[in-house]
Amino acid sequence: MAETTLHPETTARRKDAPWLTLKYREMLEAWLFISPTLVGFIIFFLGPLLAIVYYSMTEWNLLTGQATYVGLKNFHNALFINPDFWHVVRNSAIFALGLVPLNMALALTLALALSRPFFGVVFFRTVFFAPVVTSAIAWAIVWKFLLQGEAGVVNQMLAWVGIDGPNWLREPNWAMAAVIVTRVIKMVGLNMILYIAALQAIPRDYEEAARLEGASRWQVFSMVIWPLLAPTTLVIMVITTIGSFKVFDHIYQLTGGGPENGTLVLAYYIYLQGFEFFDVGYASALAMIMFVIVMMLTIVQVFLRRRGLG
Amino acid sequence: MTRRQTNILYRTCWTIALLIAAIPFIFPFLWMVSAGFKSVTEIFGAPTLIPRVWRWQNFVEVFTYQPFARQYFNSLYIALAVTALTLVISSLAGYALARMRFAGAGLLMLFLVSALMVPEEVTIIPNFFLIKWMGLMDTHWPLILLPTFGPHGVMATFLMRQYFLALPKELEDAGKMDGLSRLGVWWRIALPMSRPALAAVAIITFLFSWNLFLEPLIFLSSLDMFTLPLALSNFTDTYGLPLWNLQLAATTLAVVPILIVYLIAQRQIMESFALSGVKG
Repeated sequence: MAETTLHPETTARRKDAPWLTLKYREMLEAWLFISPTLVGFIIFFLGPLLAIVYYSMTEWNLLTGQATYVGLKNFHNALFINPDFWHVVRNSAIFALGLVPLNMALALTLALALSRPFFGVVFFRTVFFAPVVTSAIAWAIVWKFLLQGEAGVVNQMLAWVGIDGPNWLREPNWAMAAVIVTRVIKMVGLNMILYIAALQAIPRDYEEAARLEGASRWQVFSMVIWPLLAPTTLVIMVITTIGSFKVFDHIYQLTGGGPENGTLVLAYYIYLQGFEFFDVGYASALAMIMFVIVMMLTIVQVFLRRRGLG
Repeated sequence: MTRRQTNILYRTCWTIALLIAAIPFIFPFLWMVSAGFKSVTEIFGAPTLIPRVWRWQNFVEVFTYQPFARQYFNSLYIALAVTALTLVISSLAGYALARMRFAGAGLLMLFLVSALMVPEEVTIIPNFFLIKWMGLMDTHWPLILLPTFGPHGVMATFLMRQYFLALPKELEDAGKMDGLSRLGVWWRIALPMSRPALAAVAIITFLFSWNLFLEPLIFLSSLDMFTLPLALSNFTDTYGLPLWNLQLAATTLAVVPILIVYLIAQRQIMESFALSGVKG
């Protein structure tokens, strides 16, 4: 085994080679432990991240595969010329503004209901979390089936109670609503268990003391529990917001960005430009913009944590 | 009303509300299975949850329409490979970050942390050309390498580091006294004590790989190489319209085994996600 051969050899070396002190030996070993992660990280993450900076300033000739340096033209294109870009940013913003509050409010409500043991608590937790382990594509396939026009299950059920449902995925506004709601149902379980964990970490004495003082349930929540949840809420908010910018497979399968680009969001737009229209330079500029947005959100989180919220 | 009665009323209201809220979470799974058993004509008739005629034939056609068995196997072995690789690499790096003192550790941490939040869409374009240059297009290598070394792998590393930090150091020191090398301490003492963290990493990594979609979409082109999500997405006719009954039958075959494992180990699986979510 490695450990039996390594040991005597290194002790011997330490005697006649004083430069290999314990400290340096430990350092060398540490870097060896980290090297697989580090090498892979540099090749498949850091390198590409630097490459994208260069790519975003080039224009690619599809026939020859030649890249020419064009400076900031791609960014100029996105920000000032191509009307699609701001439409896509607007869609991403609507998606995030719809998804994040809905997801968090539902997650917190479910967590409040399910943080204490009662008959059926395991059943409910299991049900609300089940879509999280399901593939996004599978989830979107089923919802696309349920949300079809007149023949769709959802609309037929609405018809029983006398509601004439819209053609969900064929009308831009309804499609956006459908994409948001089905995504919330898919992912809310994750935030729910994060909130449950945070709620269970709050000592019960706090609540009991407040109740003894005559506080109502609502007062206990708004004045005791909600402030104590603030760090968790902040983390969940940032994770969910960044997650909402990443959504690709869900929209790819459910609407394909349609109808009339009504659900075309940033991640999907990058994919279209890069891999369907092969406009590598422009797609790279978009990826850079996405990177900046995500970094800004992360910095805001770090800043708020420093301020003592986290 | 007495306090007891209000409490019972309160409980009942919550339970009813929860039952109603549960409908959109349960229904998609039920309809998926139900429509997977229907014929095309029945699918477009009035919706009934229980099929009038159970068409088992769908589940045979799934395998003749595409090399579905092969695709299933691809997903399975890729997910296992990614899981095994991530476990080894993240626990090695996580151990060094938690236990060993070395120059540059702080900078390295900062480096890795920055990766946690970056979406894969940002680096996918250069990675596409990198994989193409390596001659690995339409192979499973990118689906193993990118998830292992990308932000997900970094998240696993931090999860392991956090767990190692909480372990008592004394046992490891005793191991060193007995002549174990660093690698020996890691393998014989630290790893056996971190089974819960290893299980959490294994669970979330397996599901991450199993559900991966963007990478297969971009790197794979032949049907025999497809993984499950890509294969499911591909049950369409020549006009690109979904073949609903086949697509939903295939989706059932892909989803139900995962759900069964989930139902058996739901507590462990939820805890794993909670652990990774807090880290991420």
